[in-house]
Amino acid sequence: MIKDIKKWFASGEPWIWLNAAAVGASVIMVVGLLLLIAVRGLGHFWPHAIEEVRYQWQGEEVRIIGEVQGKELVDTQRLIDSGIPLETDELKVTRYLMKIGNRDAYGVDFRNIVEPLVVARERPRDLITVERTEYGNFYGYLREVKEAGTVVASGEAAWAALQERIDRVAALRHDIRAIEKYAIGDINYAMEKLRLTRRRLEIKGEDTPENLARIDSQRAVLDERYDKLYAELNALYEEIRRDSFTAEIQDGRVLEVPMERVIQAYRPNAMNLLQKIGFYLGQLWNFVSGEPREANTEGGIFPAIFGTVMMVLVMAVLVTPLGVVAAVYLREYAKQGPLVRTIRIAVNNLAGVPSIVYGVFGLGFFVYFLGGNIDRLFYPEAAPAPVFGTPGMIWASLTLALLTLPVVIVSTEEGLSRIPRSIREGSLALGATKAETLWRTVLPMTSPAIMTGLILAVARAAGEVAPLMLVGVVKLAPSLAVDGNFPFLHLERKFMHLGFHIYDVGFQSPNVEAARPLVYATALLLVIIIIALNLVAIGVRNRLREKYRELEN
Amino acid sequence: MNDNQTMTHGVDIGSLRKKGPELSLDREDVCLEVKNLDLYYGDTQALFDINMKIPRKRVTAYIGPSGCGKSTLLRCFNRMNDLVDIARVDGSILLDGDEINSRGVDVPDLRRRVGMVFQKPNPFPKSVYENIAYGLRLQGINNRSTLDDVVEWALKGAALWDEVKDRLNDSAFGLSGGQQQRLVIARAIAVQPEVLLLDEPASALDPISTLKIEELIYELKSTYTIVIVTHNMQQAARVSDYTAFMYLGKMVEYDATDRLFTNPKNRQTEDYITGRYG
Repeated sequence: MIKDIKKWFASGEPWIWLNAAAVGASVIMVVGLLLLIAVRGLGHFWPHAIEEVRYQWQGEEVRIIGEVQGKELVDTQRLIDSGIPLETDELKVTRYLMKIGNRDAYGVDFRNIVEPLVVARERPRDLITVERTEYGNFYGYLREVKEAGTVVASGEAAWAALQERIDRVAALRHDIRAIEKYAIGDINYAMEKLRLTRRRLEIKGEDTPENLARIDSQRAVLDERYDKLYAELNALYEEIRRDSFTAEIQDGRVLEVPMERVIQAYRPNAMNLLQKIGFYLGQLWNFVSGEPREANTEGGIFPAIFGTVMMVLVMAVLVTPLGVVAAVYLREYAKQGPLVRTIRIAVNNLAGVPSIVYGVFGLGFFVYFLGGNIDRLFYPEAAPAPVFGTPGMIWASLTLALLTLPVVIVSTEEGLSRIPRSIREGSLALGATKAETLWRTVLPMTSPAIMTGLILAVARAAGEVAPLMLVGVVKLAPSLAVDGNFPFLHLERKFMHLGFHIYDVGFQSPNVEAARPLVYATALLLVIIIIALNLVAIGVRNRLREKYRELEN
Repeated sequence: MNDNQTMTHGVDIGSLRKKGPELSLDREDVCLEVKNLDLYYGDTQALFDINMKIPRKRVTAYIGPSGCGKSTLLRCFNRMNDLVDIARVDGSILLDGDEINSRGVDVPDLRRRVGMVFQKPNPFPKSVYENIAYGLRLQGINNRSTLDDVVEWALKGAALWDEVKDRLNDSAFGLSGGQQQRLVIARAIAVQPEVLLLDEPASALDPISTLKIEELIYELKSTYTIVIVTHNMQQAARVSDYTAFMYLGKMVEYDATDRLFTNPKNRQTEDYITGRYG
């Protein structure tokens, strides 16, 4: 028997089982993680049914209208202790979390109900969900649609009228945004430019009457354009405020909701599966392409996606040349000795420094020292407001470039050391200098290794949050780093980041229950983006590998 | 003993060679001249007081056992030993009467004038065309029609044109070993060197490819001064006009190939070519 076991161990089979178990555990963990965030995150966008629950509360029957968002088993005693009168023998009872919305009417938009006190549950087809720009969702029964205070539709006709007016409001909102964000935004940008020009002239002592007159005339033109736009904008606001609708909410009150706030309205209980799927995809698209609202707990996350991708790309552009040049020097030119060995160890150890330390360094060196000096030298007219001397995308990218530099250096060095001597000698024997050999033959052959370094760098940089909080990420960035104003690329601007967005929505949000599904959805999106970035880089690397495949002998 | 002088390893040297006028070093135009050359790897001396004159437009072969310094000496002619940090060269090498070991020498230009082909084919990971054009592009020649002409001329010169003319833009790695080696030779002659150094050019090839390379060498010697290192004595006998036998870093004997193989003056040479030393 013991002999058999010994033989079994000697055969190596237990180790194979152990290896398989380790691989299995890893796969289960990764798949489980992805499944969890996918299910929790993606489920949020489904048009959930609205339930009307008749509920026993403090001795009388009340009506509760809302979406059931969660369900858990709770100790009965705990509920009784907290003052809920339960008469049941069960040790545990089911408790539902209901999103009742209408924050403007109730003050809260979630409510717990326990199973034993529920009298009846039903799903009336004419209950509506209204998504609003403020105060979260609205749930209730539609009564009337009003135009400038007079009723234009009521009863069943009100639903069609409501949809019509929602489209009208959406068009108006689009126009308002075009004026506010682009037309007035451009004028503001130009005005700020003028102010800075004027200030520069003052600093240089060139504020002659002619120069000032020229600026004033330009400013007058802008003012005039602004006034015109402002008038247009006011007219649009008048228009958008015209309509409203009234609806009955759970406690029987009839509320009037201005159409201005309505984004969309739907009747989930009346939808069939196909409609629900269409609606779901639409919501998903809104999430990916829209801008955040309500302290980031509603709306989309496009600015965060854009900021994350842009920052990673800028980081890649910065880190690649720096890392390659450093690796070439270390491997090809530096005299191999104790000094170079020390430098190499130091570089490798840089990869182990906690990222927040890089954040502190980035803030102290890049933002305050470099940025501060750039401001002093090139933007004296902007003082005391900083231009580059404040956290921004360029500094975040530089900090992450520094953070990922060791990875690129190490893998480039490995790549350089793998280039066969015969190839270098072949090039040198044709009369190439060392630099020409490097540039024309060795570096192209090293490019797959450089890409490997870049892949690792991107994977690390895209997931990093801590240092970014110090050097450029904000909760809500007013404008993207790319826009239509010259010079189109504004790397000094602050930006939003998916990683920070998760932290902000999950932990800094005033409305935790509403934000939780968004945490999962954002996390899923962050993972998808990192995977996508990596796939692109891996694709490029495989092409390069195929191209520079070494001799097979 | 006399029988052995014409029959080395059972090969009849006389029948391998095309008969020509009697060769003598004294009547040759000198291309490379080596004077009192010593070479050290760190503390180890690898070459001892080498003196020889390499004639122009002839094939000169180095033979000798492994580690005797043949390749090391060859790599002195285009200063490839500069790449070895611990190597130190004393003495002088004159190319057309000009010293190549002095400090002021333009080494890339020297290497352009003295081309080299290595033991293993080492094409660059580029197309056939770009491999040949490499040396010209280094000199700043990027004119397409000039490059086209030179590529064709060099490939014809290396007897490869007919085999690759339809796939000039394919990767050079797709060629066979023998084709790759001829490609590398074409690459070397594309920059029109004066001297071609061949470091065991056929040792990694099959017999048919070897034969092709040898025929190529025979063609090329009318234009270039060729110096070849080989392990293979029959090959030296077949392709070379002059042969030097080296042993333990010393030049033992250097003479016209016919004379060296048929009538060696030195006992060590005789032992080596008759196979008593392996």
